[in-house]
Amino acid sequence: MNSLLLGSIPEVPLAHWIDGFVDWLVQFTGFFNAITNFIGSINNAFQWVFDIIPIWLFIVLVIALTYYVNRDQQNWGLLIFEFLGLLLIWNLNYWRDMTQTLTLVLTSSLIALVIGIPLGILMAKSHTAEIILKPILDFMQTMPAFVYLIPAVALFGIGMVPGIVASVIFAMPPTVRMTNMGIREVPDELIEAADSFGSTEWQKLFKVELPIAKTSLMAGVNQSMMLSLSMVVIASMIGAMGLGTKVYFAVGRNDAGNGFSAGLAIVILAIILDRLTQSLTRTRRKN
Amino acid sequence: MFISIPRMGDLMSTNKSTKVEVKNLTKIFGKHINKAKELSRQGKDKSEILKETGATLGVDRANFKIYDGEIFVIMGLSGSGKSTLVRMINRLIDPTDGEILIDGENLMKMDKKELREVRRKKMSMVFQSFGLLPNRTILENAEYGLEIQGVDKDTREKKAKEALETVGITGYNDEYPDQLSGGMQQRVGLARALANDPEILLMDEAFSALDPLNRTDMQDQLLDIQERLHKTIIFISHDLNEALKIGDRIMIMKDARVIQTGTPEDILTHPADEYVEEFIENVDRSKVLTAGNVMIRPMTVNIEKAGPRLTLKMMKANEVSTAYIVNAERKLLGVVDANDVIKLVREKKGDITPIIQTKVPTTEEDTPISDLMDDISQTGIPFAVINDRKQLKGIIVRGAVLGALAGNEVSDFE
Repeated sequence: MNSLLLGSIPEVPLAHWIDGFVDWLVQFTGFFNAITNFIGSINNAFQWVFDIIPIWLFIVLVIALTYYVNRDQQNWGLLIFEFLGLLLIWNLNYWRDMTQTLTLVLTSSLIALVIGIPLGILMAKSHTAEIILKPILDFMQTMPAFVYLIPAVALFGIGMVPGIVASVIFAMPPTVRMTNMGIREVPDELIEAADSFGSTEWQKLFKVELPIAKTSLMAGVNQSMMLSLSMVVIASMIGAMGLGTKVYFAVGRNDAGNGFSAGLAIVILAIILDRLTQSLTRTRRKN
Repeated sequence: MFISIPRMGDLMSTNKSTKVEVKNLTKIFGKHINKAKELSRQGKDKSEILKETGATLGVDRANFKIYDGEIFVIMGLSGSGKSTLVRMINRLIDPTDGEILIDGENLMKMDKKELREVRRKKMSMVFQSFGLLPNRTILENAEYGLEIQGVDKDTREKKAKEALETVGITGYNDEYPDQLSGGMQQRVGLARALANDPEILLMDEAFSALDPLNRTDMQDQLLDIQERLHKTIIFISHDLNEALKIGDRIMIMKDARVIQTGTPEDILTHPADEYVEEFIENVDRSKVLTAGNVMIRPMTVNIEKAGPRLTLKMMKANEVSTAYIVNAERKLLGVVDANDVIKLVREKKGDITPIIQTKVPTTEEDTPISDLMDDISQTGIPFAVINDRKQLKGIIVRGAVLGALAGNEVSDFE
């Protein structure tokens, strides 16, 4: 019965349409080349910095930064963990891979932030924008991340850039959502106070809404960063270099030892990035 | 029944100039606004209109004038439309209909930019839950109004500090709002409004969130400030006693409509209808006033810090013969008599515990004084007002009760 009924309806050529759309996009080569170059140069800039800093200095800088952001509530355990963890990565000869992964994460988080925060603000301010963006964000986050790799390769070639693009798409939603939520949760009375003193919309945004939404906004940034870190292994399939590549190769060779040690390096990097962004989230006071 | 004190409004009654004039001001929330308007013209009331159209009548055709330099209290219970009304005066809520004239200028005809100028220069608002920015220090909060006008740092700091001094907040410039008590936070809210030097102050239930002692303090302080600054103050309140105390004129609202406008004396002697009459009936003061309203600050001694010598010294300084003994959590332990303390000091003993009399009559803040009258007339020791954790909040002395019944305000410092 079922097959009979379905048999009379022709199959919807969904895959064909999507192919057609991607093919149509490919003709804008100039545009996508420009984006590739732009993202590539951000990526190269980060990588260049990480390559000229001596490893020992890098470790010192990370520890100093942690010490600084936690200056009023020092976390000695974290400092020791960072020191030992980074030494281990150095010792395992994963240093350059680690910096490549870090570059990918930083670049994609930066782009996610630059696009995501304004989108979140727009969503908080406009009901229409919220209705339109919400399903798109759900789509971006629930679509299996592998799928983004296919059009990314078609449009941006192989290498770091398509990996970054796929990471941005997958990692941006929390930043947008949390920015939106943070601004919507600013108490009405504070908005009324800002209006009653004659603030312009921009003044209200920068002096009242964003500072008060800061905690939730930073939580979104933290989540985005963690999500883009989770993309590194997937991105390695299209040639994004780094620790992900080591894991990917280990899977291919059924090499549990190297797979786990590269995986462990990712975990160490994840913990350091997570704790650092979390300490930035805490509100700090003058006195 | 009430002692009538000449008020600003009365003194200026020969020379009143209109500061704010409101004509036919209407706000209807929801859909079917035209139908709701029609029904309200037919004399249907708020609940009937809600039932028939689903629209909520916020304020219905309010007409009134506010004179320069007076304190105009808009009074009503919750849902009466008073908060909506005050928010229409600075257009935080846009009216459905009607006109708002400030110094003769129609606020409804202004564009965004002109409206912003009026909000910046002419009127400031004080909020019920203070509306202070939690991420800014006290000084930065007080500066806010000037900061958004682009006033330079030095000038605005100077003005903000002056405003903070006016309301009696000094030495807290670098603290944050949550480090201050409610009363102090509302003083900062008031200072923030005053720093702009506005002509009109809108105060939306500004003292309603404060405890009784603090509220009385703030009311007195507002009257003090008003004597010096002569602002036009529009004060929203649900508390008739507060309205009678601070208002030069009072406007009573019920279910979105204005019922009566007049001086406190007018309203007490010529209530417009049964609703107002009922309100005033409730001003049977012994029933309205609670222990919390008439209590005064007692002289307390913290037993964990003070021995007989210090106690005696403090009692002398305060000129009292009875001191209330509390522990570090302000929990009431009892009272001591000056004679007993002197004896202890003579005997050079170091502990006052043996002379504490623990039989102290106690009551709670929300007990009406009518319930206490019998006992107050029979016992010599003042009643101690305590909360559910047995902490001492204040004491009730006979003089203060009689004064309050006669219509005088209770002062906190005897």
